[in-house]
Amino acid sequence: MIKVAVVGLGKMGLSHQSIINMHPDVELTAVCDSSRFVLDMLEKYTGVSVYTNLTKMLEAEELDAVIIATPSKLHGPMVREALESNLHVFCEKPFCLDTDEGIELTKMAEQKGLVNQVGYHYRFVGAFQEAKRLIEAGAIGDVTHVKAEAYGPVVLKPSGSSWRNKRSEGGGCLYDYAAHPINLVNWLFGMPDSVGGAVLNKIFSMDSEDEIYATLRFANGLSGQLSVNWSDESYRRMTTIITLSGTHGKILVDRQECKLFARGEEKVPDGYEAGWNIRYTTELSEPVWFYVRGEEYSGQLDYFVQCIKSKQENNINSFASALQTDHVMKMLITDSERVPQDFSSTDIQQHKANESWWQRLSGKS
Amino acid sequence: MDKVLFGDNQFFGVNHMSEEKSRAQSMRFRDTQAMIDVLDMAYEEGIKSFMCTTHDRTSEICDYFRSNADRYPDYQFYPGMPYAHKYANAVTDDGIVGAIKKFLPNDGLIDAVMRGGSSLAKKEIDGIATLLIDAEMKMFEGLSTPVIFLQNVVTDFLLGLGMKDAFRIFADHIKLKYNAEPGFITMNMPRLLDVLEEVGVENPIICANINQLGFRMCGGVELYNQTLEQRQFRPIAMSVLASGAIPPRQAIEYVSKLPKVQSIVFGASSLGNIRQTKALIDEYMNR
Repeated sequence: MIKVAVVGLGKMGLSHQSIINMHPDVELTAVCDSSRFVLDMLEKYTGVSVYTNLTKMLEAEELDAVIIATPSKLHGPMVREALESNLHVFCEKPFCLDTDEGIELTKMAEQKGLVNQVGYHYRFVGAFQEAKRLIEAGAIGDVTHVKAEAYGPVVLKPSGSSWRNKRSEGGGCLYDYAAHPINLVNWLFGMPDSVGGAVLNKIFSMDSEDEIYATLRFANGLSGQLSVNWSDESYRRMTTIITLSGTHGKILVDRQECKLFARGEEKVPDGYEAGWNIRYTTELSEPVWFYVRGEEYSGQLDYFVQCIKSKQENNINSFASALQTDHVMKMLITDSERVPQDFSSTDIQQHKANESWWQRLSGKS
Repeated sequence: MDKVLFGDNQFFGVNHMSEEKSRAQSMRFRDTQAMIDVLDMAYEEGIKSFMCTTHDRTSEICDYFRSNADRYPDYQFYPGMPYAHKYANAVTDDGIVGAIKKFLPNDGLIDAVMRGGSSLAKKEIDGIATLLIDAEMKMFEGLSTPVIFLQNVVTDFLLGLGMKDAFRIFADHIKLKYNAEPGFITMNMPRLLDVLEEVGVENPIICANINQLGFRMCGGVELYNQTLEQRQFRPIAMSVLASGAIPPRQAIEYVSKLPKVQSIVFGASSLGNIRQTKALIDEYMNR
């Protein structure tokens, strides 16, 4: 049995706890959080050992691995402490707010031969896996453009601040939402050479951005566009969409379905035909041993456990791969703070066009 | 229990296959009247039970049926609580304690409990749980609710954590306060049944995905079939068509041959689909 502890019992931590506790190869040994209320409930109703201090937990319990799901700014120091105790680490995304620290921790985990994984669960969604397989099989030829989007209803009004909407603490739409589509782009194409036109705008939040738009440029001429908004109530829940244009066709993929348009000039992959093809999550999902909120959440934790058992290196969502995403986010912040070139001219009208006679007449503007 | 229960996923843009369909449904059912029209169609076809999430908009449907009680004398609601996104968003905004406070009547109970700073007694936690149930049930006042369900995200989350007593608390409170049967929705039927038996919830009503594909049936088709054959419980089949991946006739014929399944829940938006599915259920489940 692999002995696991969960650190940080917010939404993600509790969800991880619920899933990992059911894993046939795992013994959930302890949990750690700063909220006495949550710990009380878990202690009284499940009997799990509870701690309010990570160091004390690591001293007292014999563990093989930890799942770290604390606010993002705590990831660095806590991952370090866990690695120093020779534990395999599953860390929530984003990996490290400080990329230098991330590099150091990645080296440390690799040197110690410890399994290291970050919770970018979209890589475990059947539809995204199918899209990757199709691209690698050349189904749309050379990819010329990738559009990576994420929308959802998180911050819908000016509201009290928690760490989740303070960028300094690892919150905000960039770290929380944009990290996912960026990570998928990294998975498919690696690192962009440069980013440009990064817009990190506030809509409702005081201390972080709510929407992000940017261009990504890759070495081989591939370009990418990022469009993310977590103040979009027209979506019922977070929705991540990747659109890929290639010389032989196009792919549209989200959590539910993978759609391929094959031009049919080249060989079309087995099971697909020229024109539009749709594969649904129902047929692309691998069954899981326990389901709480999506196959991918169970899938990524099972994968972590299997990697520990088989001592696998270079696993999916390794620290090294998550560092790419951290680094792109750093590039975006830097780019967005750049002072734009001044093109203003007194000869060019600066205000909006005049109202039309119809607008004036109807009182609409 | 009715043989056919009408589900509500289509009303709230829940579609396991397609975001586009979800959006089309959200647009179509923007007005509560559009939902009521569909419920009316189903009613005309003889479907008189509505299994619905405690979504904010469900309360508008409840208002309608309350004020038109004489038109639907035999109409029944099968509430499923809670609408999980509501809680998830609140947890994001306010943390767990904040979220619980938000949905509780403002009687200072939780403040008093939290202020103490000392450990919470089980009794106090039980009290909070039953207050949350009452808050969710408020919209159904005066309506018939013979079975009240715990939604799958919550059932499976509690099952995973091992908070077994929570099922007992839920079951007791539903029986005692609402004179109704407790039901549990899950994607992990065999395992849930083990735990319900362990905490003494006898012959439970369990609503689970039951389909030929094994879609979201943790443990697999074979274990589900064994469980249906050998164990004592009252199963309701949902996701029978696996979100449309199985043709209706084949799907319903398959489920009708399984032991114990007495009820099927399905959702649809068009008269054609409602009529077809209802007719198939009548054809196959009447033996």
